[in-house]
Amino acid sequence: MTYIPHSLKERDAMLATVGVKKLEDLFQDVPAKHRFPKLDLPPALTEMEASSELMELAADNENIRGDLVSFLGAGVYNHYIPSVVDYVLRRGEFYTAYTPYQPEIAQGTLQAIFEYQSLITALTGMEVSNASHYDGATAVAEAANMAYAQFRGKRAKIVISPTVHPQYRATLRTYVQGMGLEMAGDDPTADLEAGPEALESLIDGNTALVVIQYPDFFGRVYDLAKLIEAAHSQGALVCVAANPTALALFKTPGEMGADMVVGEGQPLGIPLSFGGPYLGFFTTRKQYIHKMSGRLVGETLDSRGQRAFVLTLTAREQHIKRERATSNICSNQGLLALACAVYLSVLGKTGLRQVAELCYHKAHYAADQIKKVKGYELCFDAPFFHEFSVCCPIPVEQVNAHLLDHGILGGYDLGQDYPALKDRMLVAVTEMNTKEEIDALVEVLAEARHD
Amino acid sequence: MNIPAHLKYTKTDEWFDPSTGAMGLSDYAQGQLSDIVFVEIVVSAGDALEAGKPIASVESVKAAAETYGAATGKVVAINEELASSPEILNKDPYGAGWMVKVEAGKASGLMDAAAYSKFCEERTH
Repeated sequence: MTYIPHSLKERDAMLATVGVKKLEDLFQDVPAKHRFPKLDLPPALTEMEASSELMELAADNENIRGDLVSFLGAGVYNHYIPSVVDYVLRRGEFYTAYTPYQPEIAQGTLQAIFEYQSLITALTGMEVSNASHYDGATAVAEAANMAYAQFRGKRAKIVISPTVHPQYRATLRTYVQGMGLEMAGDDPTADLEAGPEALESLIDGNTALVVIQYPDFFGRVYDLAKLIEAAHSQGALVCVAANPTALALFKTPGEMGADMVVGEGQPLGIPLSFGGPYLGFFTTRKQYIHKMSGRLVGETLDSRGQRAFVLTLTAREQHIKRERATSNICSNQGLLALACAVYLSVLGKTGLRQVAELCYHKAHYAADQIKKVKGYELCFDAPFFHEFSVCCPIPVEQVNAHLLDHGILGGYDLGQDYPALKDRMLVAVTEMNTKEEIDALVEVLAEARHD
Repeated sequence: MNIPAHLKYTKTDEWFDPSTGAMGLSDYAQGQLSDIVFVEIVVSAGDALEAGKPIASVESVKAAAETYGAATGKVVAINEELASSPEILNKDPYGAGWMVKVEAGKASGLMDAAAYSKFCEERTH
């Protein structure tokens, strides 16, 4: 969009039009003593000085591009991002603070979102995707909103596996408080060896939604078809929170019959960035489209018969449907959805599968090596994707301190979320980890047996 | 505008047929909404319907609206067709576009066709 500055003359004209003399006159409603407070700031720095001070501060950070080797995942993963992703993102036409939705001026953005939606539905095996949510956690919470709306509040229970990301469960608890929804299964002390079938006994005729993660928080992969069938036999909907990279390799939740597939889109072309901003993807079946939250872009023909893109089915959104809308969220992560679309387009079906295979094989090599180290063993027997739990001989905090001394960012301490998993570490391996790095990890783990 | 003489009308633009117990959305209302893309009947057969309570949620390309019960009574049938073919509401609001049927429906304060016609005309000016 065009950058249009306004001149002093134009400002004066605007002030004269509204009937004030100077800009400060517009703030008269603010009590005088609060109007222009003394801020007690140090003297202003020159740009050169400020830049150098910021560089110094930034140098205290250790990052995983050069300083550290990372085996930390737990929902956010270090993948290679092709340079074209950033190149497209930084184009001025896309790089705006908010998504311009007017079809007459925003065909590029609308088409990008449409492509994003198409790619995400293909990846998840689903029929429709919205324009995205804030992150994986809010996408899970929106699934609860949708199920609640689908049953018009007549079903009041959400069954969630304890092996769903602890932060997703926390976000869901925040969302459902006050909605009159009960959460079952949200118990970190439950048997964590149990497969998805363990949830079946919790599902009843009052259950609106069953939420499960795939691969689960511990990286394990289970066939969910039986659980989904059991939920459907009670009339409940099923939401699968999936790792999108894993979907290039494994059977999709769509194929297993899921009603919603959601998740964290960060692995698809978005940097770690100290925890955000990320991207929540949200897909469902066509039959539920009117209950889906968020924006939706559709393809149409313009007045000249040319292919064009518009926001569609907007009457279900809050600005029209008000308090009867499924959700009060209608903003999307426009720029990050674009990053995801570019990433998926560049890699293609084969490329993404290669990434997933590299992750899988490297993680399995790492697991095989670690379990040979005296004092360490794998906590679970189930098949896994690119993340696995390791039982450590000493507290994870101490293991990680040793690793950090050797420039390695260790795994996630599971004991902080699951009391039974004290001294267990969740290790993630991606295509970014070389064999040498994995061997170094194994070596330092062997040294870190005793403190 | 089509306003059949044998029906009764609410101020929220629903019609009621005292002889069959059927109710739905008026021709005026469907015209105001324009192309209807989604209809969800929110009551089920067997429910005790109260006049003035929501019976359906309707979405068009430009608006969303609730449809309210025009009479009090026990719901004996709902129109399942509307879920898959919401455009019926635009084409035939008084016939195939009926929404809910009640048994022994009691209605009070409804307008007859002449009064409703006047009511609609006042709003279009």
